[in-house]
This record gives sequence, C-alpha cells and structure tokens, in this order.
Amino acid sequence: MTTDVTIRSEARFSAPQYAICLAGIIWREGLRFLHQRERFISALVRPLVWLFIFAAGFRQVLGVSIIPPYETYVLYEVYITPGLIAMIQLFNGMQSSLSMVYDREMGNMRTLLVSPFPRWYLLSSKLIAGTAVSLLQVYAFLFIAWFWEIEPPPIGYLTVIPALVLSGLMLGALGMLISSVITQLENFAGVMNFVIFPMFFASSALYPLWRVQEGSPFLYYVCQANPFTHATELIRFALYGQVNWISLAVVCGCTAVFMVGAILAYDPARGLLARRGDRGGAA
Amino acid sequence: MMHGPAPPPALTVEGVSYAYGSRPALADVSFAIAPATFAVLLGLNGAGKTTLFSLITRLFATKSGHIGIFGHDVARTPSDALRLIGVVFQSRTLDLDLSVMQNLTYHAALHGIGRREARRRADELLTQIALADRARDKVRNLSGGQMRRVEIARALLHRPRLLVLDEPTVGLDVQSRADILTHMRALVAREGASVLWATHLIDEVAPSDDVVVLHQGRVLAHGPVARVVTDAGASDIRGAFARLTKISLADTADEAA
Repeated sequence: MTTDVTIRSEARFSAPQYAICLAGIIWREGLRFLHQRERFISALVRPLVWLFIFAAGFRQVLGVSIIPPYETYVLYEVYITPGLIAMIQLFNGMQSSLSMVYDREMGNMRTLLVSPFPRWYLLSSKLIAGTAVSLLQVYAFLFIAWFWEIEPPPIGYLTVIPALVLSGLMLGALGMLISSVITQLENFAGVMNFVIFPMFFASSALYPLWRVQEGSPFLYYVCQANPFTHATELIRFALYGQVNWISLAVVCGCTAVFMVGAILAYDPARGLLARRGDRGGAA
Repeated sequence: MMHGPAPPPALTVEGVSYAYGSRPALADVSFAIAPATFAVLLGLNGAGKTTLFSLITRLFATKSGHIGIFGHDVARTPSDALRLIGVVFQSRTLDLDLSVMQNLTYHAALHGIGRREARRRADELLTQIALADRARDKVRNLSGGQMRRVEIARALLHRPRLLVLDEPTVGLDVQSRADILTHMRALVAREGASVLWATHLIDEVAPSDDVVVLHQGRVLAHGPVARVVTDAGASDIRGAFARLTKISLADTADEAA
C-alpha cells in the first residue's frame, strides 16, 4: 500500500533556483536568436537601410542645429542613430512578444506559463531575455555604423548600456502588453501600421522636436507624450555619457506601467489566454 | 489504508464550470483520479477536454469549482500544484530549431533544475524512449512520433506525480500510438505515477484503466472501465460510450477507427 503519499507543503524555490530559471530563459532566447539567421539579418538590415539610404537622402534637406547632447554640428546620420537603435529595440520587443501569440510560439508561451515559478517572474525573465537579445542587435548595428563614421565617444558604448536595458524593457513590456490586450491586430503588418510606424514617426527619432514644433505645435505635444521619444532621447544622451533626467523618469515610469499591465493581462483570471482559448486550444 | 487519513487523490475536479463568453464549455464537471492510476478522459472533439486541461494547468483560471492536485488547490497554491504535474499539450510545443537536449534542459530550468542534473535526467529518459542517440539532433529533424516521445520525456523531467496529456496520439501512426501507450502504462505500474490521458479514440482505453466520459461539457460517467461498462448496461466500453452519449455506433466508428 502506498500510504506514504501525504500532503506536504513543498519547499519554496531557493534563490539559486530562481537564477537557474532566469538563466535558462535567457539562454533559450539567445539560442533561438542565433538559430534564426533571417531574423538577425533583418534586424540589422532595417536600421542600416535607414542609415545608408534615408539619412543620406535627407542629409541635405534637414539641417540639424547644435542641440544637446551634441556639442558641434552633427551629420544627419549621427542624429538619427539613437532613433534607429530605439527602432531596433521596438521591433525586437514587438516581434518577440507578438510571435508568442500569433505564431507557433504560442506553444512556447504555454510551456513557460505552466512552470511552477510565479508568473510575474516568468514574464519578467522573458522580458529580460528579449532585452538581452536586443542588446546584441544594437551592438552589431553600432559596429557597422562605426565604419559609416558614426563614432560616439568610446565611453559612450559603455554608458549607453543602462539606457538600452531600460528602453529594451520598456518596449518589450509594451509588446507583451499589446500582445495580451489587442486581439484585432492579427498579423505583424497590423502592428507595423498601428503601433510601430506611429511611434517611430511621431518621435524625436528622425527630426529634432523643435523642428516639429515649428511645423505643428499639436504634433509636438504628441511627440512629447510618446514614450518612444523618451527612449530615443535617453539613448541619445547616454551615448554621449549624459543623462536626460526627464526621459529617464518617463522611461522608468512607462516600463513599470507596461510591465504591471502585461503581468495583469497574463493573469489567468483575466487576460488573453482565456479569451483566445476557444481558438488557441487546438492550434 | 488503515493508517492515518487516506492519501489525497492525484487529481480532484469539483463542480467545475467554464464558459467562453456565453458559450458554455464545461458544466459542473466533477471526478477524481486516485494515485497510481491510468485514467482516460474520453470525449469527442469539442467535448471540453482541452478546456479542462487549460484549467488543470492554470492557463485559464477556474472561476467556479475547485481543482486539486494531490490536495493542492490549483487556484490558491498554483506553485505547489504545478510542480507536481507534467503536461503534454495537444499542439506541439517543442522548439524546432533547438536540439532535443536543449529543449529538455530549458524545461528543467523552468523547474529550477540545474544544467548538470538536467542532463543526467535527460540522458536517462532519452534512453528509456530509445532516443539517446538523437540528443544532439535538432527537433525539426525528428518524426512526429519521436517528437511526442520527447515531449513526454520533457514532461517527466521534473518527476511529476501526475502526468496530463491532451490528445497525445493525434497525427501518429498505429505503431507510435501503441508504443506511447505502452510506455505510459508501464510508467504508472513502475513508478506509481498517475496519468490523465485525453483522447477521442475509444480503442485507446484498456480494461484496466479508469475512464471519464466527457460529452458536451458534462461528465456522463467515471470510474474503472468495468464499472462504467456495467452501469451503462453495455458489453464493452465502445457500447457504453455510445449509450451514454446517445450517439450511434456508426457515428462513432469514424472517430474510433
């Protein structure tokens, strides 16, 4: 008789076990990224197209006066580099979260969510993993851009890291939140049109906001309210060893809000899984 | 059983209802599975099997009723409950671009099991399912049956005491199905684990199993196969299923082929 089966309260996970879980999630995300060559190449080609073609074309049209953090006149290419870095992270955040829902990745999300670790921890780990991958992409981009004479001060490559981590978390959390609450954007094209393009264009990524203000005061306020503007500015300043405190505050605040939102949305009691369940079941 | 209180069932489902919007999927579902039991959750497509699985694995929240895993309430103490379950979903959930071993060590990490211990257990399990020589291969290069076996090995990696599988034999050939079933029943006999095996294939039910008949979101019968058959006044489980669901044998023949 197997009567030794009793209810015993299982021991809680220890701190090293939490670390194993986080490391495992980052490791897998990294492996997946390395295995998906096309994703890496397109993540790299996209900003390079902007840099090599768009920026070259607009160089003559848009003059950029001296604004902080720049101390001299800068080439347009130099001006848009932080915006392109933020764009890399924006795409990465949207892609990793949305593929989770719309593609075969849904299965992986289930595997993740049936882990006995607390759900907030699993989702946060996933965000950190996505951010780590975006950092790889950003540095690959900066490496190539260096040959294109985008040469921030050497220390900038270090000081930009905290900014990249924060903006990566913010944009990843946004992607996760969007993936959970919006059921209408069925494919990536929809996300491009309704999320990525508006965020990218209504920001300081491509043009300084004072120029926007000259053209349309209303759009200026929209840009100011756009978290992507602040991700871009945080990166821009950090790349030159400076801190834009307002952007830092906005990015931190938005990261917190988006993360809490995503964790609530993935709570089994409310979020997407149940609502999508009728279709997701046999998918 | 004379000493102390009886052990809690491997799985208890009590008064569980669930609806997608206004469309009910489960209505007042109750049953229990004893430890060391192979239980078949038998129902046609759309009977509510996957919904029930989503509730047991806490992908969905149980809003009415209770689900317990060895006495741990899934809603109140999810961590304790989830670490006792191994899950095989109906859809494939392996990472196709990663190797078999990488998939297994990732899963181990999700249960707080370190790399070395994970590899040791994985080697052991892969040997059991005769895939030890494929550990380094990408999952993409495995056959459907092999992928399923890897998924089952993965579900066993953290040594769960209850294994839940949602239509694990869908899309497999006769031989692979038989192999997996044999493997699962051996596991119950050898390790005393419990298995909840959802299927719409009546011929996967063995006389020694427990069975839960789910139809249109309701449990029509549950218990040892022999008792369910007798209670339904039928001669075998196929007849019992037809009587209970009031579906003629001709209709079920396709499903049960």
